[in-house]
Amino acid sequence: MAVCVAVIAKENYPLYIRSVPTESELQFHYMVHTSLDVVDEKVSAMGKALVDQRELYLGLLYPTEDYKVYGYVTNSKVKFVMVVDSSNAALRDNEIRSMFRKLHNSYTDVMCNPFYTPGDRIQSRCACACRGGPAGRGSCSESK
Amino acid sequence: MADAALFEFLHTEMVAELWAHDPDPSPGGQKTSLSVLKGMGFRVGQALGERLPRETLAFREELDILKFLCKDLWVAVFQKQMDSLRTNHQGTYVLQDNSFPLLVRMASGLQYLEEAPKFLAFTCGLLRGTLSTLGIKSLVTASVAALPACKFQVVIQKA
Repeated sequence: MAVCVAVIAKENYPLYIRSVPTESELQFHYMVHTSLDVVDEKVSAMGKALVDQRELYLGLLYPTEDYKVYGYVTNSKVKFVMVVDSSNAALRDNEIRSMFRKLHNSYTDVMCNPFYTPGDRIQSRCACACRGGPAGRGSCSESK
Repeated sequence: MADAALFEFLHTEMVAELWAHDPDPSPGGQKTSLSVLKGMGFRVGQALGERLPRETLAFREELDILKFLCKDLWVAVFQKQMDSLRTNHQGTYVLQDNSFPLLVRMASGLQYLEEAPKFLAFTCGLLRGTLSTLGIKSLVTASVAALPACKFQVVIQKA
């Protein structure tokens, strides 16, 4: 299941980043940061390719020896990045897509919250719980 | 279509409330109320800009975003599409609505022409908020020649 989930604003700063507590959480932060370049590359490549309409789901951004990183961009240029353990039996594409769809729905709900100012860090127990849902089935213990 | 009526009544009350407590009828006081309305519209537009395009594929260019405003946003908020969209291809767009739902109840013609801008401020903010979520900085102004037709002018600001 997902070991790290991040929501990145269009100015490329993190709005929400959570990972499974391990010794090397910083490593996940670095991975998400480097994946931003790949996201930008994919977005501009698709833009130039004159495809009729670009999809929001970007697919596998890059694999490392232990993890795979997937990306998704919304219409408001907010990026979602998910780091997944490679040792799992390969998660099917639709499962990743459905995880991103749930994440997108949660993010939309956060935007519609009148107590949330766009651009702030997201601090929401509901967001934690939603992330625990699709991403965790026991592997993330910090969701409330 | 009860929800359309609910929003219209709420909007009318918002405008009435802001003007009722305004003891200062000078242009300064009026400007504050107008900017309060625009601010409200802006925040609503930001949330709508996130929620409405959820299932649509990514926008390719500015014109696509403006078309989305005229079709999907207008239908979601006012249950009708914008009547016409014109552009000078240099960052200025004029959106025209020939029977704007928030003005249609008032009069048809030139009566109440001076009161009309108050009822358009929220919608200007709404357009600006949605554009800002979709990545476009803009300035939106509204003008009324004869109720209930009105024009919204969107000027894109290149940073």
